[in-house]
Amino acid sequence: MNMMGEEMQPEVTKGAIRIEDVVKIYDPDGAAVMAVDHCSIDIPAGEICMIVGPSGCGKTTLLNAIAGFHDVTSGHIYLDDEMLCGPDNRKAEPGSDRIVVFQNGALFPWKTNLENIAFGPMMEGKLSKSEIYDKARSMMADAGLSGTENSYPGEVSSGLRRRVEIVRALMNDPKVLLFDEPYRALDSLTKSVMHEALLEIYYKNKVTIFFITHDLEEAIFLGHRLIIMSSRPCKPKKIVDVDIPHPRDYSVLTSPRFREIMNEAKGVVHEEAKKAFDAGEKEG
Amino acid sequence: MSQAEATDLGLKIGQAEVTGMGLTMYRMSSWLKSPRPYLMVIGFAFLLATWYFTVEVWKLPRFQDMPGITEVFSEWFSKDPYYGLSIYTPEYYKHILISLRRIAYAFFLATILGVPLGLFLGWSKTLREYIFPLFEVFRPIPVLAWVPLAIIIFSGSETPVIFLTFLASFFATTLNTMLGVESIDESYSRAAYCLGASRWQTFKHVVVPGAMPYIFTGLQISIGVAWFSLVAGEMVSGQYGLGYLINTSYMMIEYPKIIIGMITLGVIGYSTSALVRLAGDYMMQWRVRELALGDN
Repeated sequence: MNMMGEEMQPEVTKGAIRIEDVVKIYDPDGAAVMAVDHCSIDIPAGEICMIVGPSGCGKTTLLNAIAGFHDVTSGHIYLDDEMLCGPDNRKAEPGSDRIVVFQNGALFPWKTNLENIAFGPMMEGKLSKSEIYDKARSMMADAGLSGTENSYPGEVSSGLRRRVEIVRALMNDPKVLLFDEPYRALDSLTKSVMHEALLEIYYKNKVTIFFITHDLEEAIFLGHRLIIMSSRPCKPKKIVDVDIPHPRDYSVLTSPRFREIMNEAKGVVHEEAKKAFDAGEKEG
Repeated sequence: MSQAEATDLGLKIGQAEVTGMGLTMYRMSSWLKSPRPYLMVIGFAFLLATWYFTVEVWKLPRFQDMPGITEVFSEWFSKDPYYGLSIYTPEYYKHILISLRRIAYAFFLATILGVPLGLFLGWSKTLREYIFPLFEVFRPIPVLAWVPLAIIIFSGSETPVIFLTFLASFFATTLNTMLGVESIDESYSRAAYCLGASRWQTFKHVVVPGAMPYIFTGLQISIGVAWFSLVAGEMVSGQYGLGYLINTSYMMIEYPKIIIGMITLGVIGYSTSALVRLAGDYMMQWRVRELALGDN
Protein backbone atom coordinates (compact mmCIF):
# COMPACT_ATOMS: atom_id res chain seq x y z
CA MET A 1 0.00 0.00 0.00
CA ASN A 2 2.80 2.33 0.92
CA MET A 3 4.76 1.40 -2.13
CA MET A 4 1.82 2.08 -4.37
CA GLY A 5 1.34 5.39 -2.64
CA GLU A 6 4.91 6.27 -3.37
CA GLU A 7 4.50 5.27 -6.98
CA MET A 8 1.55 7.59 -7.39
CA GLN A 9 3.34 10.54 -5.81
CA PRO A 10 3.40 13.23 -8.45
CA GLU A 11 6.71 13.83 -10.14
CA VAL A 12 6.85 17.56 -9.93
CA THR A 13 10.02 19.50 -9.67
CA LYS A 14 8.76 23.02 -9.24
CA GLY A 15 6.52 24.62 -6.67
CA ALA A 16 8.10 23.77 -3.33
CA ILE A 17 7.07 26.22 -0.63
CA ARG A 18 9.20 26.86 2.41
CA ILE A 19 7.73 28.96 5.19
CA GLU A 20 10.43 29.85 7.68
CA ASP A 21 9.76 31.29 11.08
CA VAL A 22 6.98 33.59 9.87
CA VAL A 23 5.42 35.95 12.38
CA LYS A 24 2.48 38.20 11.67
CA ILE A 25 1.34 40.74 14.20
CA TYR A 26 -1.73 42.85 13.51
CA ASP A 27 -1.95 46.19 15.14
CA PRO A 28 -5.46 47.39 14.47
CA ASP A 29 -6.18 49.67 17.43
CA GLY A 30 -2.87 49.94 19.16
CA ALA A 31 -3.25 46.53 20.73
CA ALA A 32 -0.94 44.10 18.99
CA VAL A 33 -2.57 40.81 18.06
CA MET A 34 -0.35 37.95 17.06
CA ALA A 35 -2.00 36.09 14.21
CA VAL A 36 0.88 33.83 13.20
CA ASP A 37 3.55 32.78 15.67
CA HIS A 38 6.94 31.59 14.42
CA CYS A 39 5.41 29.29 11.89
CA SER A 40 7.59 27.02 9.75
CA ILE A 41 6.15 24.70 7.12
CA ASP A 42 7.93 22.84 4.35
CA ILE A 43 5.82 21.77 1.39
CA PRO A 44 7.52 19.64 -1.27
CA ALA A 45 6.72 20.31 -4.92
CA GLY A 46 3.53 18.68 -6.09
CA GLU A 47 2.11 17.96 -2.65
CA ILE A 48 -1.48 18.55 -1.66
CA CYS A 49 -0.94 20.12 1.72
CA MET A 50 -4.04 20.63 3.82
CA ILE A 51 -3.89 23.35 6.45
CA VAL A 52 -6.51 22.45 9.03
CA GLY A 53 -7.58 24.65 11.87
CA PRO A 54 -10.56 26.29 13.49
CA SER A 55 -12.12 29.31 11.80
CA GLY A 56 -10.27 32.48 12.54
CA CYS A 57 -7.03 30.83 13.62
CA GLY A 58 -4.88 32.78 11.18
CA LYS A 59 -4.66 30.28 8.33
CA THR A 60 -5.83 32.82 5.79
CA THR A 61 -3.17 35.26 7.02
CA LEU A 62 -0.58 32.71 6.03
CA LEU A 63 -2.18 32.21 2.63
CA ASN A 64 -2.36 35.96 2.05
CA ALA A 65 1.33 36.25 2.87
CA ILE A 66 2.24 33.62 0.28
CA ALA A 67 -0.09 35.18 -2.32
CA GLY A 68 1.33 38.63 -1.65
CA PHE A 69 -1.83 40.31 -0.38
CA HIS A 70 -0.36 41.06 3.05
CA ASP A 71 3.05 41.61 4.55
CA VAL A 72 4.59 39.53 7.30
CA THR A 73 6.13 40.95 10.46
CA SER A 74 9.19 38.73 10.24
CA GLY A 75 10.38 35.49 8.69
CA HIS A 76 10.93 34.23 5.16
CA ILE A 77 8.78 32.56 2.53
CA TYR A 78 10.47 30.81 -0.38
CA LEU A 79 9.00 29.43 -3.58
CA ASP A 80 11.56 26.90 -4.80
CA ASP A 81 14.77 28.87 -4.27
CA GLU A 82 13.30 32.28 -4.85
CA MET A 83 12.63 34.35 -1.77
CA LEU A 84 9.05 35.72 -1.95
CA CYS A 85 9.30 37.74 1.19
CA GLY A 86 11.97 38.28 3.75
CA PRO A 87 13.66 41.00 5.76
CA ASP A 88 14.05 43.30 2.74
CA ASN A 89 10.60 42.97 1.31
CA ARG A 90 7.99 42.16 3.89
CA LYS A 91 5.26 41.81 1.31
CA ALA A 92 5.55 39.36 -1.57
CA GLU A 93 4.66 40.58 -5.05
CA PRO A 94 1.47 38.83 -6.27
CA GLY A 95 2.26 36.76 -9.31
CA SER A 96 0.79 34.20 -11.65
CA ASP A 97 3.07 31.45 -10.29
CA ARG A 98 0.86 31.35 -7.18
CA ILE A 99 -2.84 31.63 -7.85
CA VAL A 100 -5.53 31.87 -5.22
CA VAL A 101 -8.93 30.20 -5.47
CA PHE A 102 -11.04 32.35 -3.21
CA GLN A 103 -13.48 31.41 -0.49
CA ASN A 104 -16.48 32.98 -2.18
CA GLY A 105 -15.21 32.63 -5.70
CA ALA A 106 -13.77 35.49 -7.67
CA LEU A 107 -14.77 34.84 -11.26
CA PHE A 108 -15.49 38.21 -12.83
CA PRO A 109 -19.28 38.28 -13.20
CA TRP A 110 -19.00 40.70 -16.14
CA LYS A 111 -16.93 38.31 -18.22
CA THR A 112 -18.16 35.05 -19.73
CA ASN A 113 -16.65 31.82 -18.47
CA LEU A 114 -14.42 31.68 -21.53
CA GLU A 115 -13.26 35.27 -21.08
CA ASN A 116 -12.58 34.56 -17.43
CA ILE A 117 -10.44 31.58 -18.27
CA ALA A 118 -8.58 33.52 -20.95
CA PHE A 119 -7.98 36.45 -18.59
CA GLY A 120 -4.50 35.58 -17.30
CA PRO A 121 -2.83 34.97 -20.68
CA MET A 122 -4.69 37.94 -22.19
CA MET A 123 -3.19 40.22 -19.53
CA GLU A 124 0.22 38.73 -20.14
CA GLY A 125 -0.18 39.46 -23.84
CA LYS A 126 2.40 36.96 -25.09
CA LEU A 127 0.04 34.88 -27.23
CA SER A 128 -2.51 36.02 -29.77
CA LYS A 129 -6.14 36.16 -28.79
CA SER A 130 -7.09 33.21 -30.99
CA GLU A 131 -4.30 31.05 -29.55
CA ILE A 132 -5.40 31.88 -26.04
CA TYR A 133 -9.07 31.20 -26.76
CA ASP A 134 -8.22 27.87 -28.42
CA LYS A 135 -6.23 26.82 -25.39
CA ALA A 136 -9.00 28.00 -23.08
CA ARG A 137 -11.60 26.00 -25.02
CA SER A 138 -9.56 22.84 -24.93
CA MET A 139 -8.85 23.19 -21.22
CA MET A 140 -12.56 23.73 -20.62
CA ALA A 141 -13.33 20.60 -22.61
CA ASP A 142 -10.80 18.65 -20.50
CA ALA A 143 -12.48 19.78 -17.33
CA GLY A 144 -15.95 18.87 -18.64
CA LEU A 145 -16.98 22.49 -19.05
CA SER A 146 -17.84 22.45 -22.75
CA GLY A 147 -21.07 24.21 -23.56
CA THR A 148 -20.72 26.81 -20.83
CA GLU A 149 -18.15 28.99 -22.62
CA ASN A 150 -20.51 31.83 -23.37
CA SER A 151 -22.47 31.76 -20.15
CA TYR A 152 -21.73 34.28 -17.47
CA PRO A 153 -20.65 32.92 -14.08
CA GLY A 154 -23.91 34.14 -12.55
CA GLU A 155 -25.85 31.82 -14.82
CA VAL A 156 -24.24 28.53 -13.82
CA SER A 157 -24.21 26.49 -10.62
CA SER A 158 -21.78 27.31 -7.84
CA GLY A 159 -20.05 23.95 -8.29
CA LEU A 160 -19.43 24.70 -11.95
CA ARG A 161 -18.14 28.16 -11.10
CA ARG A 162 -15.51 26.64 -8.81
CA ARG A 163 -14.32 24.41 -11.61
CA VAL A 164 -14.13 27.35 -14.00
CA GLU A 165 -12.11 29.21 -11.42
CA ILE A 166 -9.62 26.36 -11.06
CA VAL A 167 -9.26 26.10 -14.83
CA ARG A 168 -8.71 29.88 -14.97
CA ALA A 169 -5.88 29.46 -12.47
CA LEU A 170 -4.36 26.57 -14.41
CA MET A 171 -4.32 28.58 -17.65
CA ASN A 172 -1.41 30.56 -16.25
CA ASP A 173 0.53 27.37 -15.63
CA PRO A 174 1.11 28.19 -11.96
CA LYS A 175 3.49 26.36 -9.67
CA VAL A 176 1.17 26.61 -6.71
CA LEU A 177 -2.57 26.79 -6.21
CA LEU A 178 -3.68 28.40 -2.99
CA PHE A 179 -7.18 27.38 -1.92
CA ASP A 180 -8.88 29.48 0.74
CA GLU A 181 -11.69 27.22 1.91
CA PRO A 182 -13.22 27.26 -1.56
CA TYR A 183 -15.93 24.73 -0.82
CA ARG A 184 -17.04 26.20 2.47
CA ALA A 185 -20.34 27.48 1.16
CA LEU A 186 -21.24 24.37 -0.84
CA ASP A 187 -23.63 21.71 0.42
CA SER A 188 -22.07 18.39 1.33
CA LEU A 189 -23.32 16.56 -1.78
CA THR A 190 -21.90 19.15 -4.15
CA LYS A 191 -18.75 19.19 -2.05
CA SER A 192 -18.12 15.48 -2.57
CA VAL A 193 -18.48 15.87 -6.32
CA MET A 194 -16.15 18.87 -6.25
CA HIS A 195 -13.50 16.95 -4.35
CA GLU A 196 -13.38 14.22 -6.96
CA ALA A 197 -13.36 16.81 -9.75
CA LEU A 198 -10.48 18.65 -8.07
CA LEU A 199 -8.43 15.45 -7.75
CA GLU A 200 -9.12 14.63 -11.36
CA ILE A 201 -7.83 18.03 -12.42
CA TYR A 202 -4.85 17.60 -10.10
CA TYR A 203 -3.89 14.24 -11.61
CA LYS A 204 -3.78 15.89 -15.03
CA ASN A 205 -1.94 19.04 -13.97
CA LYS A 206 0.37 18.32 -11.09
CA VAL A 207 0.91 21.46 -9.08
CA THR A 208 1.57 22.13 -5.44
CA ILE A 209 -1.66 22.70 -3.57
CA PHE A 210 -1.88 24.73 -0.39
CA PHE A 211 -5.42 24.14 0.81
CA ILE A 212 -7.01 25.77 3.81
CA THR A 213 -9.99 24.08 5.40
CA HIS A 214 -11.66 23.35 8.68
CA ASP A 215 -13.41 20.28 7.34
CA LEU A 216 -11.43 17.27 8.47
CA GLU A 217 -13.09 14.83 6.09
CA GLU A 218 -12.26 17.08 3.16
CA ALA A 219 -8.68 17.42 4.40
CA ILE A 220 -8.07 13.69 4.70
CA PHE A 221 -9.79 12.86 1.44
CA LEU A 222 -7.77 15.32 -0.61
CA GLY A 223 -4.43 15.73 1.14
CA HIS A 224 -1.10 14.00 1.13
CA ARG A 225 -0.52 15.62 4.47
CA LEU A 226 -2.52 17.48 7.10
CA ILE A 227 -0.99 20.28 9.03
CA ILE A 228 -3.20 20.90 12.01
CA MET A 229 -2.79 24.45 13.25
CA SER A 230 -3.18 25.69 16.75
CA SER A 231 -5.73 28.38 17.43
CA ARG A 232 -4.57 31.99 17.38
CA PRO A 233 -1.69 32.59 17.26
CA CYS A 234 -1.45 30.17 14.43
CA LYS A 235 1.40 27.66 14.27
CA PRO A 236 1.61 23.99 13.28
CA LYS A 237 0.56 21.78 16.11
CA LYS A 238 0.48 18.33 14.58
CA ILE A 239 1.34 16.88 11.21
CA VAL A 240 -0.62 13.88 9.98
CA ASP A 241 0.55 11.92 6.94
CA VAL A 242 -2.32 10.53 4.92
CA ASP A 243 -0.86 7.30 3.58
CA ILE A 244 -3.91 6.43 1.48
CA PRO A 245 -2.66 6.03 -2.10
CA HIS A 246 -3.68 8.37 -4.88
CA PRO A 247 -5.64 8.30 -7.13
CA ARG A 248 -8.45 8.27 -4.65
CA ASP A 249 -12.17 8.15 -5.12
CA TYR A 250 -15.02 8.42 -2.72
CA SER A 251 -14.79 4.81 -1.59
CA VAL A 252 -11.77 5.67 0.59
CA LEU A 253 -14.12 7.59 2.87
CA THR A 254 -15.42 4.32 4.25
CA SER A 255 -12.06 2.56 4.41
CA PRO A 256 -10.70 1.59 7.85
CA ARG A 257 -7.49 3.55 7.28
CA PHE A 258 -9.51 6.72 6.65
CA ARG A 259 -11.30 6.19 9.96
CA GLU A 260 -8.01 5.64 11.77
CA ILE A 261 -6.53 8.87 10.45
CA MET A 262 -9.76 10.66 11.23
CA ASN A 263 -9.58 9.46 14.83
CA GLU A 264 -5.97 10.45 15.11
CA ALA A 265 -6.63 13.98 13.88
CA LYS A 266 -9.99 14.62 15.42
CA GLY A 267 -8.83 14.90 19.03
CA VAL A 268 -6.31 17.60 18.18
CA VAL A 269 -8.67 19.56 15.96
CA HIS A 270 -11.41 19.46 18.52
CA GLU A 271 -9.12 20.70 21.24
CA GLU A 272 -8.10 23.70 19.11
CA ALA A 273 -11.66 24.40 18.07
CA LYS A 274 -12.63 24.45 21.73
CA LYS A 275 -9.82 26.86 22.54
CA ALA A 276 -10.92 29.16 19.72
CA PHE A 277 -14.53 28.90 20.84
CA ASP A 278 -13.68 29.77 24.44
CA ALA A 279 -11.60 32.72 23.31
CA GLY A 280 -14.61 33.90 21.28
CA GLU A 281 -12.55 34.66 18.21
CA LYS A 282 -14.29 36.03 15.18
CA GLU A 283 -14.38 33.72 12.19
CA GLY A 284 -12.40 35.06 9.30
CA MET B 1 -43.94 31.80 -14.35
CA SER B 2 -44.30 28.05 -14.67
CA GLN B 3 -41.50 25.58 -14.09
CA ALA B 4 -41.43 24.61 -17.74
CA GLU B 5 -41.03 28.19 -18.87
CA ALA B 6 -38.32 28.75 -16.29
CA THR B 7 -36.25 25.81 -17.51
CA ASP B 8 -36.89 26.83 -21.07
CA LEU B 9 -35.53 30.31 -20.39
CA GLY B 10 -32.61 28.88 -18.44
CA LEU B 11 -31.77 26.59 -21.31
CA LYS B 12 -31.87 29.32 -23.91
CA ILE B 13 -29.69 31.53 -21.79
CA GLY B 14 -27.30 28.68 -21.19
CA GLN B 15 -26.86 28.36 -24.91
CA ALA B 16 -26.49 32.10 -25.24
CA GLU B 17 -29.33 32.38 -27.72
CA VAL B 18 -31.11 35.10 -25.85
CA THR B 19 -29.95 38.46 -27.07
CA GLY B 20 -30.80 41.67 -25.30
CA MET B 21 -33.71 42.25 -27.64
CA GLY B 22 -35.01 38.69 -27.30
CA LEU B 23 -34.97 38.95 -23.56
CA THR B 24 -36.76 42.29 -23.65
CA MET B 25 -39.46 40.82 -25.89
CA TYR B 26 -39.80 37.83 -23.61
CA ARG B 27 -40.15 40.04 -20.57
CA MET B 28 -42.67 42.21 -22.38
CA SER B 29 -44.89 39.27 -23.23
CA SER B 30 -44.76 37.83 -19.72
CA TRP B 31 -45.49 41.28 -18.35
CA LEU B 32 -48.62 41.49 -20.53
CA LYS B 33 -49.71 38.07 -19.28
CA SER B 34 -49.36 39.12 -15.67
CA PRO B 35 -51.96 41.28 -13.86
CA ARG B 36 -49.46 44.14 -13.50
CA PRO B 37 -50.32 46.25 -16.59
CA TYR B 38 -54.02 46.11 -15.78
CA LEU B 39 -53.42 47.20 -12.21
CA MET B 40 -51.40 50.06 -13.63
CA VAL B 41 -54.30 51.14 -15.85
CA ILE B 42 -56.62 51.02 -12.84
CA GLY B 43 -54.17 53.18 -10.91
CA PHE B 44 -54.16 55.86 -13.60
CA ALA B 45 -57.93 55.68 -13.99
CA PHE B 46 -58.33 56.23 -10.27
CA LEU B 47 -56.16 59.35 -10.34
CA LEU B 48 -57.96 60.84 -13.36
CA ALA B 49 -61.37 60.04 -11.85
CA THR B 50 -60.42 61.78 -8.60
CA TRP B 51 -59.36 64.82 -10.61
CA TYR B 52 -62.62 64.80 -12.56
CA PHE B 53 -64.90 64.38 -9.56
CA THR B 54 -63.19 66.83 -7.20
CA VAL B 55 -63.02 69.63 -9.72
CA GLU B 56 -65.94 69.18 -12.08
CA VAL B 57 -68.58 67.16 -10.27
CA TRP B 58 -68.28 67.96 -6.57
CA LYS B 59 -66.59 71.34 -7.12
CA LEU B 60 -64.77 71.15 -3.77
CA PRO B 61 -63.94 74.57 -2.23
CA ARG B 62 -60.18 74.68 -2.76
CA PHE B 63 -60.46 73.21 -6.22
CA GLN B 64 -62.48 75.94 -7.87
CA ASP B 65 -59.55 77.60 -9.62
CA MET B 66 -57.98 74.35 -10.62
CA PRO B 67 -58.48 73.52 -14.30
CA GLY B 68 -60.62 70.46 -14.83
CA ILE B 69 -59.61 67.39 -16.75
CA THR B 70 -61.93 68.11 -19.68
CA GLU B 71 -60.69 71.67 -20.01
CA VAL B 72 -57.03 70.62 -19.91
CA PHE B 73 -57.39 67.78 -22.38
CA SER B 74 -59.58 69.66 -24.84
CA GLU B 75 -57.07 72.52 -24.76
CA TRP B 76 -54.11 70.13 -25.11
CA PHE B 77 -55.55 68.36 -28.17
CA SER B 78 -57.29 71.36 -29.72
CA LYS B 79 -56.40 72.55 -33.21
CA ASP B 80 -57.33 76.06 -32.17
CA PRO B 81 -56.30 76.30 -28.48
CA TYR B 82 -57.81 79.09 -26.45
CA TYR B 83 -54.54 79.81 -24.62
CA GLY B 84 -52.38 79.21 -27.67
CA LEU B 85 -50.72 75.95 -26.66
CA SER B 86 -51.59 72.44 -27.82
CA ILE B 87 -50.03 69.50 -29.60
CA TYR B 88 -50.80 71.33 -32.87
CA THR B 89 -48.83 74.46 -32.05
CA PRO B 90 -45.09 74.61 -32.85
CA GLU B 91 -44.53 76.52 -29.62
CA TYR B 92 -45.36 73.40 -27.58
CA TYR B 93 -42.55 71.49 -29.25
CA LYS B 94 -40.18 74.39 -28.92
CA HIS B 95 -40.60 74.27 -25.13
CA ILE B 96 -39.99 70.53 -25.11
CA LEU B 97 -36.99 70.66 -27.42
CA ILE B 98 -35.30 73.47 -25.56
CA SER B 99 -35.74 71.69 -22.24
CA LEU B 100 -34.48 68.46 -23.77
CA ARG B 101 -31.47 70.21 -25.24
CA ARG B 102 -30.53 71.68 -21.86
CA ILE B 103 -30.93 68.26 -20.23
CA ALA B 104 -28.79 66.68 -22.93
CA TYR B 105 -25.93 69.15 -22.47
CA ALA B 106 -26.05 69.00 -18.69
CA PHE B 107 -26.43 65.24 -18.48
CA PHE B 108 -23.68 64.65 -21.00
CA LEU B 109 -21.27 66.96 -19.18
CA ALA B 110 -22.16 65.50 -15.79
CA THR B 111 -21.54 61.99 -17.10
CA ILE B 112 -18.24 62.56 -18.89
CA LEU B 113 -16.88 64.49 -15.92
CA GLY B 114 -18.58 62.63 -13.08
CA VAL B 115 -17.93 59.02 -14.07
CA PRO B 116 -14.14 59.33 -14.48
CA LEU B 117 -13.86 61.50 -11.38
CA GLY B 118 -15.89 58.98 -9.37
CA LEU B 119 -13.79 56.10 -10.68
CA PHE B 120 -10.55 57.79 -9.69
CA LEU B 121 -11.91 58.90 -6.32
CA GLY B 122 -12.87 55.32 -5.55
CA TRP B 123 -9.61 53.94 -6.89
CA SER B 124 -7.05 56.29 -5.41
CA LYS B 125 -7.21 56.85 -1.67
CA THR B 126 -4.91 59.88 -1.92
CA LEU B 127 -7.09 61.61 -4.47
CA ARG B 128 -10.10 60.95 -2.30
CA GLU B 129 -8.42 62.60 0.69
CA TYR B 130 -7.94 65.76 -1.41
CA ILE B 131 -11.28 66.02 -3.10
CA PHE B 132 -13.91 64.17 -1.14
CA PRO B 133 -14.21 66.56 1.86
CA LEU B 134 -14.71 69.40 -0.60
CA PHE B 135 -17.32 67.38 -2.30
CA GLU B 136 -19.15 66.65 0.91
CA VAL B 137 -19.44 70.36 1.65
CA PHE B 138 -20.71 71.31 -1.80
CA ARG B 139 -23.12 68.44 -2.23
CA PRO B 140 -25.75 69.40 0.37
CA ILE B 141 -26.12 72.94 -1.05
CA PRO B 142 -29.49 72.86 -2.84
CA VAL B 143 -29.56 73.84 -6.49
CA LEU B 144 -31.82 76.79 -5.74
CA ALA B 145 -29.12 78.29 -3.54
CA TRP B 146 -26.85 78.31 -6.57
CA VAL B 147 -29.26 80.35 -8.69
CA PRO B 148 -27.95 83.85 -7.89
CA LEU B 149 -24.33 82.83 -8.30
CA ALA B 150 -25.10 81.02 -11.55
CA ILE B 151 -26.72 84.16 -12.95
CA ILE B 152 -23.81 86.34 -11.83
CA ILE B 153 -21.09 84.04 -13.19
CA PHE B 154 -22.60 82.89 -16.45
CA SER B 155 -23.67 85.24 -19.17
CA GLY B 156 -26.87 85.00 -21.16
CA SER B 157 -29.90 83.02 -20.16
CA GLU B 158 -28.89 79.62 -21.43
CA THR B 159 -25.62 78.82 -19.62
CA PRO B 160 -26.87 79.52 -16.08
CA VAL B 161 -29.73 77.06 -16.59
CA ILE B 162 -27.42 74.41 -18.02
CA PHE B 163 -24.99 74.96 -15.17
CA LEU B 164 -27.71 74.51 -12.55
CA THR B 165 -28.99 71.38 -14.26
CA PHE B 166 -25.48 70.01 -14.53
CA LEU B 167 -24.64 70.60 -10.90
CA ALA B 168 -27.00 68.17 -9.19
CA SER B 169 -26.45 65.53 -11.88
CA PHE B 170 -22.72 65.78 -11.49
CA PHE B 171 -22.82 65.17 -7.75
CA ALA B 172 -25.16 62.20 -8.09
CA THR B 173 -23.08 60.60 -10.83
CA THR B 174 -19.72 61.12 -9.15
CA LEU B 175 -20.86 59.92 -5.76
CA ASN B 176 -22.53 56.78 -7.06
CA THR B 177 -19.57 55.93 -9.25
CA MET B 178 -17.27 56.27 -6.26
CA LEU B 179 -19.53 54.07 -4.14
CA GLY B 180 -19.57 51.61 -7.01
CA VAL B 181 -15.80 51.30 -6.95
CA GLU B 182 -15.83 50.89 -3.18
CA SER B 183 -18.50 48.21 -3.40
CA ILE B 184 -16.36 45.91 -5.54
CA ASP B 185 -15.34 42.83 -3.61
CA GLU B 186 -11.61 43.00 -2.91
CA SER B 187 -11.13 39.44 -4.09
CA TYR B 188 -11.82 40.52 -7.69
CA SER B 189 -8.84 42.84 -7.83
CA ARG B 190 -6.75 40.35 -5.87
CA ALA B 191 -7.69 37.67 -8.39
CA ALA B 192 -6.69 40.01 -11.21
CA TYR B 193 -3.29 40.68 -9.63
CA CYS B 194 -2.82 36.95 -9.06
CA LEU B 195 -3.51 36.31 -12.72
CA GLY B 196 -0.79 38.75 -13.65
CA ALA B 197 -2.77 41.92 -14.39
CA SER B 198 -1.04 45.25 -13.90
CA ARG B 199 -2.61 48.04 -11.87
CA TRP B 200 -3.95 49.74 -14.99
CA GLN B 201 -5.29 46.45 -16.43
CA THR B 202 -7.02 45.80 -13.12
CA PHE B 203 -8.58 49.25 -13.29
CA LYS B 204 -9.83 48.63 -16.82
CA HIS B 205 -11.02 45.04 -16.43
CA VAL B 206 -12.17 44.99 -12.81
CA VAL B 207 -12.84 48.46 -11.47
CA VAL B 208 -14.72 49.92 -14.42
CA PRO B 209 -17.03 46.96 -15.15
CA GLY B 210 -17.39 46.20 -11.44
CA ALA B 211 -18.63 49.71 -10.73
CA MET B 212 -20.97 49.69 -13.74
CA PRO B 213 -24.18 48.73 -11.87
CA TYR B 214 -23.67 51.61 -9.43
CA ILE B 215 -22.72 53.97 -12.25
CA PHE B 216 -26.03 53.29 -13.96
CA THR B 217 -27.93 53.68 -10.70
CA GLY B 218 -26.14 57.02 -10.45
CA LEU B 219 -27.12 57.97 -13.98
CA GLN B 220 -30.75 57.13 -13.23
CA ILE B 221 -30.68 59.44 -10.23
CA SER B 222 -28.72 61.97 -12.25
CA ILE B 223 -31.29 62.24 -15.03
CA GLY B 224 -34.04 62.57 -12.42
CA VAL B 225 -32.38 65.39 -10.52
CA ALA B 226 -31.43 66.99 -13.84
CA TRP B 227 -35.12 67.53 -14.63
CA PHE B 228 -35.71 68.74 -11.11
CA SER B 229 -32.97 71.37 -11.31
CA LEU B 230 -33.83 72.25 -14.89
CA VAL B 231 -37.32 73.33 -13.93
CA ALA B 232 -35.97 75.26 -10.97
CA GLY B 233 -33.49 76.96 -13.28
CA GLU B 234 -36.03 77.69 -15.99
CA MET B 235 -38.40 79.27 -13.52
CA VAL B 236 -35.89 81.95 -12.62
CA SER B 237 -33.86 82.33 -15.76
CA GLY B 238 -34.09 81.44 -19.40
CA GLN B 239 -36.64 81.68 -22.11
CA TYR B 240 -38.71 78.79 -23.31
CA GLY B 241 -38.57 75.38 -21.72
CA LEU B 242 -41.21 73.50 -19.75
CA GLY B 243 -40.30 75.10 -16.42
CA TYR B 244 -40.58 78.51 -18.02
CA LEU B 245 -43.92 77.50 -19.55
CA ILE B 246 -45.32 76.47 -16.16
CA ASN B 247 -44.09 79.59 -14.43
CA THR B 248 -45.29 82.09 -17.04
CA SER B 249 -48.65 80.35 -17.35
CA TYR B 250 -49.07 80.88 -13.64
CA MET B 251 -48.21 84.58 -13.97
CA MET B 252 -50.60 84.98 -16.89
CA ILE B 253 -53.38 83.03 -15.16
CA GLU B 254 -53.47 80.48 -18.01
CA TYR B 255 -53.95 77.57 -15.65
CA PRO B 256 -54.62 74.72 -18.11
CA LYS B 257 -51.14 75.32 -19.58
CA ILE B 258 -49.62 74.62 -16.15
CA ILE B 259 -51.15 71.16 -16.12
CA ILE B 260 -50.16 70.52 -19.75
CA GLY B 261 -46.59 71.47 -18.87
CA MET B 262 -46.59 69.25 -15.80
CA ILE B 263 -47.91 66.15 -17.54
CA THR B 264 -45.48 66.69 -20.42
CA LEU B 265 -42.63 66.92 -17.92
CA GLY B 266 -43.72 63.67 -16.33
CA VAL B 267 -43.92 61.78 -19.60
CA ILE B 268 -40.66 63.13 -21.03
CA GLY B 269 -38.83 62.73 -17.74
CA TYR B 270 -39.97 59.14 -17.50
CA SER B 271 -38.88 58.47 -21.09
CA THR B 272 -35.38 59.80 -20.52
CA SER B 273 -35.07 57.63 -17.40
CA ALA B 274 -36.21 54.62 -19.38
CA LEU B 275 -33.60 55.39 -22.04
CA VAL B 276 -30.84 55.48 -19.44
CA ARG B 277 -32.07 52.16 -18.04
CA LEU B 278 -32.11 50.61 -21.52
CA ALA B 279 -28.57 51.81 -22.17
CA GLY B 280 -27.55 50.23 -18.86
CA ASP B 281 -29.15 46.90 -19.73
CA TYR B 282 -27.46 46.99 -23.09
CA MET B 283 -24.05 47.55 -21.56
CA MET B 284 -24.49 45.04 -18.75
CA GLN B 285 -25.77 41.91 -20.44
CA TRP B 286 -24.18 39.83 -17.69
CA ARG B 287 -26.33 41.52 -15.11
CA VAL B 288 -29.52 41.33 -17.15
CA ARG B 289 -29.03 37.62 -17.61
CA GLU B 290 -28.19 37.04 -13.96
CA LEU B 291 -31.27 38.94 -12.83
CA ALA B 292 -33.47 37.21 -15.38
CA LEU B 293 -32.55 33.88 -13.81
CA GLY B 294 -32.87 35.27 -10.32
CA ASP B 295 -36.25 36.94 -10.25
CA ASN B 296 -38.37 34.91 -12.62
